Amino acid sequence: MVAGRQASATRVPGHESARVSDRERRVWTLLSSVPDPEIPVLSVVDLGIVRHVRWSGGEDRPSVLHVGITPTYSGCPATEVIRHSIETALDQEGYIDAIVEDVLSPPWSSDWLTEEGRRKLQSFGIAPPEKAVSSPRHLFCAPAVTCPRCASRATERVSEFGSTPCKAHYRCTSCLEPFDYFKCL
Amino acid sequence: MSAGSQSITPGSVQSAHCRYLLRLGDTSLVLGQRLAEWVGHSPALEEDLGLANLSLDLIGQARLLLSYAGELEGQGRGEDALAFLRDAPAFLNLTLAEQPNGDFGRTIVRQCLLDAWQLEVYAALADSTDARLASIAAKAIKETRYHWRFSSGWLVRLGDGTEESHRRVQEPLNELWRFTTELFAADEVEEEVAAAGIAPRLTELQPRWSARIDEVLQEATLVRPAAIPYQWHGKRGVHTEHLGHMLAEMQHLQRTYPGAQW
Repeated sequence: MVAGRQASATRVPGHESARVSDRERRVWTLLSSVPDPEIPVLSVVDLGIVRHVRWSGGEDRPSVLHVGITPTYSGCPATEVIRHSIETALDQEGYIDAIVEDVLSPPWSSDWLTEEGRRKLQSFGIAPPEKAVSSPRHLFCAPAVTCPRCASRATERVSEFGSTPCKAHYRCTSCLEPFDYFKCL
Repeated sequence: MSAGSQSITPGSVQSAHCRYLLRLGDTSLVLGQRLAEWVGHSPALEEDLGLANLSLDLIGQARLLLSYAGELEGQGRGEDALAFLRDAPAFLNLTLAEQPNGDFGRTIVRQCLLDAWQLEVYAALADSTDARLASIAAKAIKETRYHWRFSSGWLVRLGDGTEESHRRVQEPLNELWRFTTELFAADEVEEEVAAAGIAPRLTELQPRWSARIDEVLQEATLVRPAAIPYQWHGKRGVHTEHLGHMLAEMQHLQRTYPGAQW
């Protein structure tokens, strides 16, 4: 679970507070090696689902590590696997009392995908979310998505929904390859 | 946990707050289960994926709402006990949600009417004085926008399609319309949560729902049925005969092997 850790540079997501202690940084680095079960090329940190890492407790009480995670979609079955993966990774590194807690607000957004995460998706063959969300009102107004294989903009939506809640199914009309698109939410 | 002994009965001592959460959660759960019945049977693979994804979102929303309702109730019932060990009269879902799938057209009509309702309800609940409910709603509305895009898109395609496809959405629209009165008819539960700022006043949501539905019906060249002066009471636990059959399948495993896990 934590095998790839040596490769990950110390990096803290931009949406987290700038002040990060060394011990928090070590946990972020550890979590950067926990893969998403559905898109294993992404770590749970790349996906933006780790919301906080902090210690509670005071001088007279032992401090406890809290890791906050948020689901991408309410019903995403991967959420429980992710929780288990994170708990296992923390256990293996000795954080046996760590509490993994749910954070629902603010709701997860595909904007929280890190730049590194977007690059990884692209190289894995999944088009990262486009910035502009199309109108929720109209059927034939899908976002213009770039083919992750040949970079053509000549693509068409096959299905609004794909193999996991976070993906839609597209087809490139230039290179004719079908591909997944990571939806905007 | 024995099923019968802890069933909720209409008029029991649960707070309005708890009953309101059960209404929302049960509506999502029952509709999600109905959509799950389509898996492997849809007209095309893309629609199979679409309906399964909608189902998954709805069941996810139900889990959040029912867990919360169980905590408020304070009898130690979690989401699973509420979903799998209550009998039909203890379910407080909207009657429309439990109506059978019929064909794809009928499923789309039911979905459109309820997606439009959830859009208004969740948008309003995002400002609830209940912070936890507000966060559930803020999450759910993002998903519901996708559901509406799917269902309204299909309603337009079918309604404005062939003579046959038009007929097969107009007929279920005529038939299911009678269940829509319940969507906006507030009773003492909804009055109480509205007064507390927990939930919106349903009468305020109705015009927006109505305008949204009118707009899509017009685009779909469908005719809005006349209002019917009769109200159903699924949210008070009085259901059509369809819910019991649906629950028999949904609850079978937990009823037969209580507490079973994998």
